[in-house]
This record gives sequence, structure tokens and C-alpha cells, in this order.
Amino acid sequence: MTKRALEQPSAAARPSPLSAHLRRLEAESIAIIREVAAEFAHPVMLYSIGKDSGVMLHLAAKAFYPSKLPFPLLHVDTTWKFRDMIRHRDQIAERYGAKLLVYVNEEGLARGVNPIASGSSLHTQVMKTEALKKALDTFGFDAAFGGARRDEEKSRAKERIFSFRAAGHVWDPRNQRPELWRLYNTKIRQGESIRVFPLSNWTELDIWEYTRAENIPVVPLYFAAPRPVVNRNGLLIMRDDDRLPLLPGEREEIRKVRFRSLGCYPLSAAIESNAETLDDIIAEMRASRTSERQGRLIDTDEAASMEKKKREGYF
Amino acid sequence: MRATAPQHPSVNGKSLLRFLTCGSVDDGKSTLIGRLLYDTKLIFDDQLATLEKDSKKHGTTGEEIDFALLVDGLEAEREQGITIDVAYRFFTTDKRSFIVADTPGHEQYTRNMATGASNSDAAVILIDARKGVLTQTKRHSYICALLGIRHVVVAVNKIDLMGYSRQVFEHIVEDYRAFAAALGFASITPIPISARYGDNVTTRSASMDWYQGPTLLDWLEDIDVDTDLAAKPLRLPIQWVNRPNLDFRGFSGTIVSGAVRPGDKVVVASSAKESRVKRIVTFDGDLAEARAGEAVTLTLEDEIDIARGDVITLTTERPEVTDQFAAHVLWMADEAMLPERQYLMRIGCRYVPARITALKHKVDVNTLQHLAGKTLELNEIGFCNVSTATAVAIDPYVDNRDTGAFILIDRFTNATVGAGMIDFGLRRATNVHRQDLSVNKAARSRIKGHKPAVLWFTGLSGSGKSTIANIIEQKLNARGIHTYMLDGDNLRHGLNRDLGFTDADRVENIRRVGEVAKLFTDAGVVVLCSFISPFRAERRMVRELMAEGEFVEIFVDTPIEECMRRDPKGLYARAKEGKIKNFTGIDSPYEPPELAEITVHSHHTGAEAAATRILDYLEASGIV
Repeated sequence: MTKRALEQPSAAARPSPLSAHLRRLEAESIAIIREVAAEFAHPVMLYSIGKDSGVMLHLAAKAFYPSKLPFPLLHVDTTWKFRDMIRHRDQIAERYGAKLLVYVNEEGLARGVNPIASGSSLHTQVMKTEALKKALDTFGFDAAFGGARRDEEKSRAKERIFSFRAAGHVWDPRNQRPELWRLYNTKIRQGESIRVFPLSNWTELDIWEYTRAENIPVVPLYFAAPRPVVNRNGLLIMRDDDRLPLLPGEREEIRKVRFRSLGCYPLSAAIESNAETLDDIIAEMRASRTSERQGRLIDTDEAASMEKKKREGYF
Repeated sequence: MRATAPQHPSVNGKSLLRFLTCGSVDDGKSTLIGRLLYDTKLIFDDQLATLEKDSKKHGTTGEEIDFALLVDGLEAEREQGITIDVAYRFFTTDKRSFIVADTPGHEQYTRNMATGASNSDAAVILIDARKGVLTQTKRHSYICALLGIRHVVVAVNKIDLMGYSRQVFEHIVEDYRAFAAALGFASITPIPISARYGDNVTTRSASMDWYQGPTLLDWLEDIDVDTDLAAKPLRLPIQWVNRPNLDFRGFSGTIVSGAVRPGDKVVVASSAKESRVKRIVTFDGDLAEARAGEAVTLTLEDEIDIARGDVITLTTERPEVTDQFAAHVLWMADEAMLPERQYLMRIGCRYVPARITALKHKVDVNTLQHLAGKTLELNEIGFCNVSTATAVAIDPYVDNRDTGAFILIDRFTNATVGAGMIDFGLRRATNVHRQDLSVNKAARSRIKGHKPAVLWFTGLSGSGKSTIANIIEQKLNARGIHTYMLDGDNLRHGLNRDLGFTDADRVENIRRVGEVAKLFTDAGVVVLCSFISPFRAERRMVRELMAEGEFVEIFVDTPIEECMRRDPKGLYARAKEGKIKNFTGIDSPYEPPELAEITVHSHHTGAEAAATRILDYLEASGIV
């Protein structure tokens, strides 16, 4: 590929035209993304490397074409992401010609917070939620895109597309701004911010169908392959490096697995699967009887745990 | 308007229906949505396991699954067993995709219900079979109608608790239809259901042989709500100006209605600047045509000034551009709406300072009656005159939801406090692009040595308006003040020759007088207007045409008995004989002013003294 092609990805070679449904979703998301660029002084797009982030970034490229993205990408790195994810992140930033910021909560690292010794809850709190808030404050961002979808989780189903955060990034679910028509209220005062969710009305299946139709690159971990995993409390955890110690009685085995959702590797459970292509994944999803967040260990810590994390500033 | 092709068939053959569920508290809205998700296999095994666990903890259904817990996603909602905020859920069948907004029933969360309705094309209004039509049923039905929903299902729920009774169902339906007749829905479809047990939700009930209509899901899959937006006039609100380099200047936005092609002659609605479309640019290549719903970037043949918030349209399909319009406003804040307070309006992609200049009436949503009022409290709906700091492109809400809707934002807290739906513009002349003349009102006023003003004399026929106005004009003229007298008789012989005396003609008569008076004030003249002008609304309309302090309302408060005794033109006598119809004070009402600057009782004081009082006022207020 020429350098120009790298900078300006094009969907010219895509296999199938978009369905009316996906075109509707695409247009709605583009309008939301443009709105932020037009109204905010310092927007940023949270890029988590997953399939949703991939779609969101692709939509942003479409929204501003032929201009480049008028905002940077931000990845909050917990230092426990799969190695494949980090590789993918750097390739994608280059492919879309985007400015990529990576933020690590060094203070948390220095305190030795990690998902294994500290537990998923503290690790997420310090290395994701607090890290995110510090990053937003450090760079002075007044609007931040997130790839969350309303079908993921029931407190997300209640959140606005333009979701207001008081100073300190606090979300007050009982006092959200009414959001009528497409008339988003983008007005904030100093210190306040808005989280914006352009994929609110997408479902997991929409994401995969769009990814296929638009040839959007995804992390290889979404496709089934033989991988080294341990069975811990019935969940298959992949040993991405040797920081994950084996507990007594545990042994590493090679199984053909893939991930429906990607996060920190010790906190993301794999599923056994033979889905090696996007077509396979879509077929598997249609037949699935479990939700995608089932493999996310942070959600099951306590009842209403997502809402609690969101109120504290988690995406 | 160009002919349009049929809607694009989707690859998977499915259309989208956005609908909401509404109704009173505990009518079972969330349960119904849970049931729909469950029956259409949209609930996953791990979610079901969580649901069973939650049902035991928070549920209200004993040992059975409480479907409401699937959608009541907030902790506070689960604890209280109520829905607070609107939740959006998605499900799909072989025929259609659905986005359902589950909206709260409590009156205090009405604004959240309206939020759900603003993005929906159909509504499922639930009624508890045990309770029948309640206040909230009416409130929600009215809001649905106001927000433009044309097709509703009346789902009479919990029919199982009433023994699946046909009489109960029919009685409720009759009640509902009686109320809803005034709302103008295109269709009302009543369905007896049990959300808890699934009767007539997705499958036909085995317990209600007497019901032959569709199940709820049948209706949702089949209802035709297609409004062919692509066939409407082109409206492209510009969101963002796309300038990657000096050689490219594009205008990005989502086409909200109509269609556009390269070569089309387009115009910026507010500035009337014209050009032709050069290209329709997208990431996937240039388009030969773009239609409603598509997010595009246009480039134009000419370098014309276009900014965010402007609306691009075809030269043949221009919207009204005005700074005054009438609208229904739903108030959504604890702090009441105050007329004349400045709010920030968002309409399309534009923010503009705006005031509600007059609350014409409030609507009692239970009875649909019009109530007088000065302010709007939380969840109240009013019919208002709205004035914006600069002219904006508008369409009536019934024609276009995107260009006919606005929100109001508190200028201090930035909270969204009001939602409005435009009924009509109040100054149609502003369709004509006004010329900015260098010699203006202030310049004209300066060489005259006095300010312009409108002295508006209102009162019954024979009250002495013209007599007093004549005295004042003589005195002003003697002092070198430029005046002009407009009165009913001289205008009705010329400009208003085509108008009669029906209420509508009286309104138009006053509107024209107002516009003429405005031109005279623009010329720097003190205009004396002597008109019965019986309706407050029209006097207010004229007042609002003028600058602050320019309009002086003078109520010549002579009792009707005295006017009839004088009867200078013999009109009362003829009206009483029935020879004149719609005569003010006889068979047509006179609404006395509430806030006239001056009230005179010339039948006591005499016309000369009344004139002196008025002159004193003009001096005191610095007009002369």
C-alpha cells in the first residue's frame, strides 16, 4: 500500500453494500461525531482497541472526510492488555492517520496495583476509572467519545447519547438532561464535561455486520485459534505472559478459543469456539444464548456494579 | 418537488420502527417490554440467570420472573420498583427491527416520557384493566399527539386479573376513544393483553376467543408509519464546515428531508445567498444524489458564506425565515418559565438567544382545555409566542420534526429546561430578505428631535377614541412633532377594503395596521392609532412588533351604556336591530387591557383633560 492509502483508508474494496439498517446507524453516528467536533474546544476519542472502538474510529474517519480527525485518540493503558491489542492499536492509529495518546496511571503502577494481587475491582478502579479521570484532567478534554452501546448493559440503556458529567466526572443517573429529537445540549461550564456515545443504538450484531461490510481490521483475538489457557473457576483465562501465576492444581492447556470482549487479559474470559472468520463470528452470535459481557469479570462483582462504576467515572 | 423512488429496500428486507411504551405507574410498561424481549429470544441465558436472582431480591411477582427488572436498569428504579428514566431497548423479528423507548409513568418524570416520544413513530399506551383510563393515560396520550405520534395501540393490560372480560375491555376502549377523539391520531388500535402471561403480546391468547384483532407484535410488525421524508422539501442544516486545505471547502450535515443532486440550485435560508451544488462528497466516493437521512458533505460552485447552523435548501423550496413564531412548549425544569426571560434556544444546528414573549394559554392535559396563565411550571404545556435574537429558518413541526422542534437551555445552569414544537411563524414578511439600509430609524429620529411612538387607542365604538386622538395630534403638531393618524375608517376604505368584521378579519385588520404603524415608527413618526381592537392577543401582537417602550396602549374606558347613549354613527341602534353582525359589545366581546400604559375615563373628565394626561405621559417617558 502507498503511504497515502495508509493515511486515508477507503472502503472501495468492501464485499457487500450496507443494509438500510446499517446505513441508518452509520448516518446517525456520523452526525453525533460531527456535532462534538463542531461544539467542543478539546474533544478526544477514547480508543479501547476493541471491535466497538474500531467501528467508532472508522465512523469518525467517514464523518470528517476528506479532513483528518480533528481530535486525538486516547488509550488508557492498564499495562495488562493483551500484547496483540497493543500491536493492533499502533497499526490502527497509523492507518487512520490519527494522533494517539497513551495514558498510564503511573501512581497506581508505583503502588503495585494489578489485577491479580489487588483484585479486579481495585485494579479497574485505579488503573481504568481513576486513570481515565486523570488523563481527561491532564489534557483538559471537555468531551470524550466512548464506544458503549445501550444493548450491553441495563444502566447503559438509560444513559444519554450526550451524557453530562459534573466537575469531578460524576454521573448523576437520576438527574440527566432530557434529550429530545436530535437536539443535543452541548453546553457546559468550566470543569464540566460531556461523554458522548455515538454507538448508543448499535447492537453487538450490528457491530460485527458493519465490521464485515466495511473491512474494518480487528484484533486477531476475536477469531478462534489454539491458545494457552487455564481454567479458573470455570472461566478460561489466557496466559498472555508469565505475569499470571498458576495456582496449585492449575495447568496450562492449549484450547481453540476466541474472545467476545477484550479487556485486561487476566480479567477477560475466552470462549471455546471454531469461529475463524467474520462470517463464522456472525453465525455464532446469531446462535448464541449468552451475552457478550458474560466473560467480563468486573461486571459480576456486585449487583448494579456497572452503574456504580459509571457514577464514579468509568466509561 | 421532485418525484421520489420508493424507499430503498434494505438488504435484509427489514424496516425500523421506533416506538414507545407509556401509561400510568404500574400499568406494566416495563413488564411488557421484558415480555417482548423474552418472547423474541432477545434475552440471553446469563441475563436470565441474573434476572431470576434479582426477581427473588427485588421482584414484585413472588416466585415468578419479574420482567420489569430487565429494563429498570438503575439501582433506584429497582429499589423503588418504578421506572424513572427512559430506557432504549432493541429487538428484531424476521419482519422488522425495533427500538423501543420504555418511559416512566410518574407525573414528575413526564419530561422523560416526552423525550421517548420525541424519537418515536408509534406508541403503545398501556391501561391497567382494573383501573381504566387515568389522568396519566390522558397526559401521555396528549404528549404523544403533541410530539407528532400518529398511530397508537391502547393495550388494556392485566386483563387476566379481570377474568379476561370483554365488557371490561370494551368499556375502557369506549372511554379512551371519547377522550382521544380530540387528539387527532390517525389510528387507534385497542388490544387486550396480559404482559405477565403473554396473552396477545406475541401469541394469540387462548383465554379471549372474543378478540379477533392483531396481537401486539402483529401490529408492531405491520403498522405503516412511513413518512416519505425524501419527498419533502430539502432541508440540510449545516453541522460543520469541512476545510482540510485551502482548495476544499465543504459543508457537512445530515439531510433531514428532501433530496439533492449536483447541479441543483441551492440557497442558504437565512442569508438568501444562492449557488449550485458542485459535488456531494462522502468517504465512499461522490454521490449522484443524496436523500433524507444521509450524512454528507456538499461543495458549491460559488464562494458564499455558510456557517454552522445555516440551513441549505433548494431555491424552489425555501423555509420561512423569521424571528417570531408561535409554538407549543413543554416545560421541563423545576424553575418556572418566565415570559421575557432570555433562554438559549437550540434549533437544528443553531444556538440563538430567545424569549417567550407571551404565554397565550396553558393546556390542561387532562381536559385539553385552555387555561390562562403567566408562567409554565414543571411538566406544563403552553402555547407561546417566541422571539429569537436573530431570524432562523423554521418549518411547522407537523411538516418537519427536525426544523420545527427546538429546546430551551437555561443560560446559567445550561440545563435543558423546555422543549418546543413550532406551529407557525408570526411574521411572514420576513421570507423576504430585508435590506440593511444605512439611514436607519435612529438617524431619522435624530433629525426630528423626538422619538417615534405608537399611541394605541382602544375602546368600544363611541367611547371617544378618535376625539381624544384628534386633540392630541393637534397639540403635537403645534409643538413641531411629526405625527400621523391611522383610524379604522380611513384604513378600511383603502388598504383593508377586502376585510369584513369576522374574528379572523378583525385579527388581520389589526395585523395590517400594526405593520403600517411599524413602518411609520421606522420613519421616526408618532403614530396615533384609533381602533376598537377588541382582542388582547392582537394588541399584544402589535406591541411585540415595536421596540421596547415605543408602544403606548391607551384604554378609553367608557361604559357601554354611555357609548350606546352617544351612538354618534347610529351603529348600536342598527346592531341591536340585528342589522350589523359581530358588533363589539353587542354580539362580539371586548377584552379590556390588563396592562395599558394609560387608562382614561373621558366621560367623567372630558376629552381635553384626558388628552392632557396622555401628553404628560409622553413627556415623562421622554418620547416628546
